[in-house]
Amino acid sequence: MIDAKRRYDVLVIGGGNAALCAAISARRSGASVLVLEGAPKFYRGGNTRHTRNMRCAHDAATEILTGPYTEDEFWNDLLLVTKGRTDEDLARFMIHESKEMLTWITEQGVRFQPSLGGTLSLGRTNSFFLGGGRSMLNALYLTAEKLGVEVAYDAEVVGLNIDGGMFVSAVVQHEGAKLEVRAATLVAASGGFEANIEWLKASWGDVADNFLIRGTPYNRGTVLRMLLDSGVESVGDPTQCHAVAIDARAPKFDGGIITRLDCVVFGIVVNKHAQRFYDEGEDIWPKRYAIWGRLVAAQPDQIAYIVFDAKSLDLFMPSLFPPIRANSIRELGGKLGLDPEALDATVTGFNGAVQPGTFDTTKLDDCRTEGLSPPKTHWARALDTAPFYAYPVRPGITFTYLGTRVDKRACILMEGGTPSANMFAAGEIMAGNVLGQGYAAGIGMTIGSVFGRVAGREAAAHARN
Amino acid sequence: MHATDTTPDEALPEDVLPTTALQEAGRLMTVCNSCRYCEGLCAVFPAMEMRRTFTSGDLNYLANLCHNCSACYYDCQFSPPHEFDVNVPRVLAEVRNESYQAYAWPPAFAGAFERNGLTISIVTALSVAAFILGFVAFRDPSVLFATHTGPGAFYRLMPHNAMALLFGLAFLYALVAMGMGLRMFWRDIKEPPETLREPPSLWQAMKDAGSLRYLDGGGVGCMNEDERPTDNRRLYHHLTFYGFMLCFAATSVATLYHYVVGREAPYYWYDLPVILGTLGGIGLLIGPVGLLVAKRKRDSVVQDEVRLGMDVAFIAMLFLTSLTGLLLLFLRETPAMGMLLAVHLGVVFSLFITMPYSKMVHGLYRFTALVRYAKERRTLAESHATAG
Repeated sequence: MIDAKRRYDVLVIGGGNAALCAAISARRSGASVLVLEGAPKFYRGGNTRHTRNMRCAHDAATEILTGPYTEDEFWNDLLLVTKGRTDEDLARFMIHESKEMLTWITEQGVRFQPSLGGTLSLGRTNSFFLGGGRSMLNALYLTAEKLGVEVAYDAEVVGLNIDGGMFVSAVVQHEGAKLEVRAATLVAASGGFEANIEWLKASWGDVADNFLIRGTPYNRGTVLRMLLDSGVESVGDPTQCHAVAIDARAPKFDGGIITRLDCVVFGIVVNKHAQRFYDEGEDIWPKRYAIWGRLVAAQPDQIAYIVFDAKSLDLFMPSLFPPIRANSIRELGGKLGLDPEALDATVTGFNGAVQPGTFDTTKLDDCRTEGLSPPKTHWARALDTAPFYAYPVRPGITFTYLGTRVDKRACILMEGGTPSANMFAAGEIMAGNVLGQGYAAGIGMTIGSVFGRVAGREAAAHARN
Repeated sequence: MHATDTTPDEALPEDVLPTTALQEAGRLMTVCNSCRYCEGLCAVFPAMEMRRTFTSGDLNYLANLCHNCSACYYDCQFSPPHEFDVNVPRVLAEVRNESYQAYAWPPAFAGAFERNGLTISIVTALSVAAFILGFVAFRDPSVLFATHTGPGAFYRLMPHNAMALLFGLAFLYALVAMGMGLRMFWRDIKEPPETLREPPSLWQAMKDAGSLRYLDGGGVGCMNEDERPTDNRRLYHHLTFYGFMLCFAATSVATLYHYVVGREAPYYWYDLPVILGTLGGIGLLIGPVGLLVAKRKRDSVVQDEVRLGMDVAFIAMLFLTSLTGLLLLFLRETPAMGMLLAVHLGVVFSLFITMPYSKMVHGLYRFTALVRYAKERRTLAESHATAG
């Protein structure tokens, strides 16, 4: 499949949303395109496989979106989640481009539907992929293939020849051989390094051994590393990653969406010493979802347990593994391998501190604790109704923030800020430009699609000159 | 403690599901209900979302609601080789096929579903043989191989009243047996009988079944060989189903002609029964062939491979019904007519009496599952409307 004798106009490294948008847009601009996906065909697409929606600005309600979401509102949301750690110019450019994306990506075969059951809060802002992320990928690959984009799977890039900021060729490990692939331009869309435990350990230390990776084992950051080692300017905090608390029984890699747990706000969370360590009811769950990975990572052995009672069992989305169940708190402690007395004492203390209130999951209610440290400030109800339940949780890493700096053409910037002659980047590998910290649902796909499309178009234009 | 040490018995549902396929379906629905990415593809996933736990009745309902378009398999990030091994089309096909056997009436005949292809072949062969022998025994063999033309030509081989009585009884038996099956199904899924008498639900189900709305992969077409959608199976199913209905209409019109107007078959080529029968027959030739070819090419991973014989036997029976009927039409004025009539009647008789023990029942259970789904959707929409 890979023609080592040929010089492609555009070489795309990666196989997810950003890579495919780049490949399609480059091909539609008349370029010859080769896509190198490091994973086998089933695992193609990296984190895109696990996505479900995309956040795009729009001025009016559509068939699938319940109301308008203006560019300004999008910008304010981004400002809020990143606490200002964003490149305003680039972010506003992306938000503006996102408006056209809903039409453009539909033209590439991607289909949308109204927000999924259990995600009504996103019905106005986010467009959901019909059939999910893998369905979206299937559509993009089908379109790319029809257009004549060449795709190679199990094609891991192990070397890059970059000469003074100019891409010359890539060395690819494919079908048992190492091939050198030449191209006029490069689009790096190969994701982050969240599956590279050694790299995570460099920032986190040995605790990273206890992290679970929510996406495929193929997001190893090999290309990002090579680019940064070749004088490309980095962006984003190398120690930052998007981490949520997921079911500890999940597999090491690729557990995806179904291992997430949405029940923290309905119970208490204790560490391996059966002690609470953070306000479980601080804010509505979608706003606090992404802090719990980091909180659990800071606990001994990076494990914690969400404990709740029968009253709350049906209040949240079901997940893959059933909760561990017992008829008393002591028995539950024993099943979890915790000190039963300590867990009983923690629950008794918590129950004693719960104040009367009106429980309401739709708002910040007045059910709170008094005189407890840390407090639980909302949705605090005594754990008094058997059976009692618990989920063990560990940090689940979704993606990393460190990436390559780019400009509005998606052109990679070299150290010192000069644009590279022929290298572009799109997707998670450059998400840190827009997303210095925090996250808003669906924004990763916006970054990927918008900058993927721009990168493909710019790379094709450059290759023609 | 390692969190992964959690004892496996924690994972078992309260009431253990009776078969391996049902247990696997129960596991999958728990996985799918935690994800829900597929809810826009068909009726199965929205129906699943209305539940949190799954009894065997629930799973049998979902399985019969599934049209096996297979889009959810190729769209799933957890399908094999992923360790979560999510293969909804195959497992629901297994559950569905088991349910046909469980609902069969009388229960003594449920075994017919075990080696269905063989059973149906034997019954058909015996039936054809019985008609040939019958013609020979009751009529002079010279009548069988003679040329007959004009009104009543067929009835020189078998009197019309005998034919009508025999086939009427066979058809009645099939209706009763399938009605009993439906009763079993309805009890199993715990749905009140009144649901089947609600006009809005019935009308919705007729539209959904008539258009095969849920065999379209959520809009792009069903998937057959791989993740690239095609709409072939829907097209061929339409040809088969509407072809069958046209043939049924042809027979009904002919019966009216006979008893009401007093006109006896065979009819001229421009007569309504012949036109309906010919058009239907053509659909019933092309449709089954298309379905068989699609089945042959189909990705084996999404099929219930153990019971392929049932699918093939049913498609083959429809094809043979049409083929022998059309041959009879074209060769009715030759000496071959007698034998062709015996073969055609034999095939149709076998089709009738094996109907309750063949893939034919899929239409009944799927249609009625769609009726229930229409009702559930409406109830849900009404409750949302009242909730504000």
